[in-house]
Amino acid sequence: METTRLIVVAVGGQGNLLASKVLGEAALLDGVPVRMSEIHGMAQRGGVVESAIVFGDAESTIISDGEADILLGFEPSEVVRAMGRCNARTRVITNTAPLRPFTVAIGQGVYPDVDEMMSLVRERVADLIAIDALALARQAGSPMTMNIVLLGALIASGALGLSRASVEKAITLRAKKAFVEMNLNAFRLGEGAVATA
Amino acid sequence: MHKLLSEKIDKEVLLLGNEAIARGAVEAGVGFATTYPGTPSSELSLNLFQISQETDLYFEYSTNEKVALEVAAAAANSGVRTMCMMKHVGLNVAADPLVTLAYIGVTAGLVILTADDPAMFSSQNEHDNRYYGKLAGLPVLEPSSVEEAKEMTRVAFELSETLGEPVLLRTTTRINHSSAFVTLKEMKTPIPTGNFVPNPMGYVTVPAVSRKLHVKLLENLAKAAALSDASDLNFTVGDGTLGVICNGVSYLYARDAVQDLGLEGQVKILRIGFSNPMPEWMIKDFINGCQKVLVIEEGEPVMEEAVKAFAQEACETLPIKGKADDLFSRLSEFDPAMVRENMARFFDIPYTPASSVEKQGLPEIPQRPPNLCSGCSHRATFYEIKKAAKGMDAMFPSDIGCYTLGFLPPLSMGDFVLCMGASVSSACGFSRATNKKVVAFIGDSTFFHSGITGLVNAVFNNHNFTLVILDNGITAMTGHQPNPGVDMEQMNFPGYTSISIEKVVRSLGVGHVTLIKPFKVKKSIAAIEEALAFEGVSVIISQEPCALHAKGLKLLKPRAFTVTDKCLDHRDCINEIACPSFYLDNGRVHIDADTCVGCAVCAQICPENAIMPLKKK
Repeated sequence: METTRLIVVAVGGQGNLLASKVLGEAALLDGVPVRMSEIHGMAQRGGVVESAIVFGDAESTIISDGEADILLGFEPSEVVRAMGRCNARTRVITNTAPLRPFTVAIGQGVYPDVDEMMSLVRERVADLIAIDALALARQAGSPMTMNIVLLGALIASGALGLSRASVEKAITLRAKKAFVEMNLNAFRLGEGAVATA
Repeated sequence: MHKLLSEKIDKEVLLLGNEAIARGAVEAGVGFATTYPGTPSSELSLNLFQISQETDLYFEYSTNEKVALEVAAAAANSGVRTMCMMKHVGLNVAADPLVTLAYIGVTAGLVILTADDPAMFSSQNEHDNRYYGKLAGLPVLEPSSVEEAKEMTRVAFELSETLGEPVLLRTTTRINHSSAFVTLKEMKTPIPTGNFVPNPMGYVTVPAVSRKLHVKLLENLAKAAALSDASDLNFTVGDGTLGVICNGVSYLYARDAVQDLGLEGQVKILRIGFSNPMPEWMIKDFINGCQKVLVIEEGEPVMEEAVKAFAQEACETLPIKGKADDLFSRLSEFDPAMVRENMARFFDIPYTPASSVEKQGLPEIPQRPPNLCSGCSHRATFYEIKKAAKGMDAMFPSDIGCYTLGFLPPLSMGDFVLCMGASVSSACGFSRATNKKVVAFIGDSTFFHSGITGLVNAVFNNHNFTLVILDNGITAMTGHQPNPGVDMEQMNFPGYTSISIEKVVRSLGVGHVTLIKPFKVKKSIAAIEEALAFEGVSVIISQEPCALHAKGLKLLKPRAFTVTDKCLDHRDCINEIACPSFYLDNGRVHIDADTCVGCAVCAQICPENAIMPLKKK
């Protein structure tokens, strides 16, 4: 089976671990082999968190520089920071709502303009889907569903060969019962954003 | 029911490596488990703790790794299958019992999980614990994948009982923190109690006994060598005259590299899963007929040196390489491209590495280092110490925990971090060897782990420094595990006795003991000034629950603050305490109401009293 390498970049607390688990569960439902790797511990204290998910027949659980087929970004500046993971054929799907690092507030560095960052990314990779996933998550009922909005965009982009039915089922399996409807709604809003983009 | 107690046999489930190992232990019928938490091993302990609430498994968070292993040694010599878990540096703490326990052995399976951390994602060093197998003369097993980690845990218990010796199960972060599908197998019922049969000539390690026990250990090691040579944990895949010998996650990268480089039929791989003792005859047989051998292992050249020694014995002169300037490094961790590239180079295969996108022209992205949380009590304490010590020629040894992050500006509290407990003992040394005022920081869990002995030393030797015990009532960094100071009743775990840090400190005869509530800024600074002025050992206990933990227990109801129009933009709030709830918008300071927990420290330091509780709409 063809190997697809997906990197998820986020800031600690944005829900990338749950998003990875949903994709893993969906892969099982679709009969796609999957392996993934994540980093816990000190990095979770508001730092950058990255998960690697390898679909298909490869054995490795991590992804080397320049070898991501898909980059899923939860935060626009983190997508730029992770550009070294991408090559000219990489497809990028990202949230555009910034989460400014604290270092900016204390004057250590400047947060770049989001539109400018997005056009610099677009020039370098195969294609870029950039949506305000945070706004859509709020529309779905909670900013915490931003991770699922992005999964909707990822599946609708067709970059990953998982079926939407399996991802929806995985969401119902992994999300807390009271939040399943909200998350499914978030997923559909993410899909819709790609269809109209 | 805990998900790892699922009886759906043969079902495939998505598990984290640490969960897979926990399930493997449950399938093996582990009856007794001890640990001191440490990343990357922490979730393994957490799962067994949770499982122990639902089964007969006995589990404890021990005071430190040495204690954990000694408790485990007793259980495993009472006929109870036992697991003892720690991160790699934890095994240094437990090294003393480890080495002599190898002499004594065990009567039931004892698996010691050591989680190494190549690349130091959350550790102070990246040393290679396979050497402990050689040092102690114990078998070492190393899984390559999450699936195998579960199976190997079960095998490790069996091997331990076959040999009557503890077995080291050595993982790396990429095993502990990877997830994959794992097939559930039957579970054995845990039996947490057994019987100890006295045998002084086997258990009382006076020299006359230990001399005999060392003979027994070497005999066991010889048996282990024969088992390693026959073990299906060591196996060959592929065919060819180019040889690869590898272990752990390197095996996965090597498999992918052979496929990516199209080297099927040219490269054969010997995967070592039972790595101490090394399978001598299997290796000699493998290298015979190879043109070249590449040894792929993260960390130190443990296998490489063994393979070279075996080759010498077998009079083989083929090139054998692993660690070299133009091949693999002892530093950090490996990745698939690195292994592919080095394999191509060593075997003279044409290869063009993937090219990353052009980075030139991309804006510089501001750093996003890990930070103390919003409302973290450590931030308040650091700020107050800094104010109280202003003008002093002071230095600040710190320790291992969330509060290590206090070394970052603008708090800049942390000048020397060595290992668990060393803040106190190094303060003894710095206060004697320099003329500086020494103020050391240690957390509650680390104080119990190995800070107490340093404090005893300080009192006995009449040292002169101030120790600040940052008591947030939990082991926070590794994910909120209990420690002996924690009120377990509050978390609905009856049957524990909580120990008062204040009583311990006073009972040691510390000359000056102060308790502060760090969210009361002025009062705390005054109390700290008094403690710093004391000649001799003074201790400040700063008590305030971890905000994250308190929120989780619903003991803390966040009450957000806001910056009102009175703000004259001094920016003391962001420049001096650096709470991540602050942000700038159009050049004005704001507080993110979603993350502010209302500790009110910023409100107390604002020169204009411009920071006020946010009125509820």
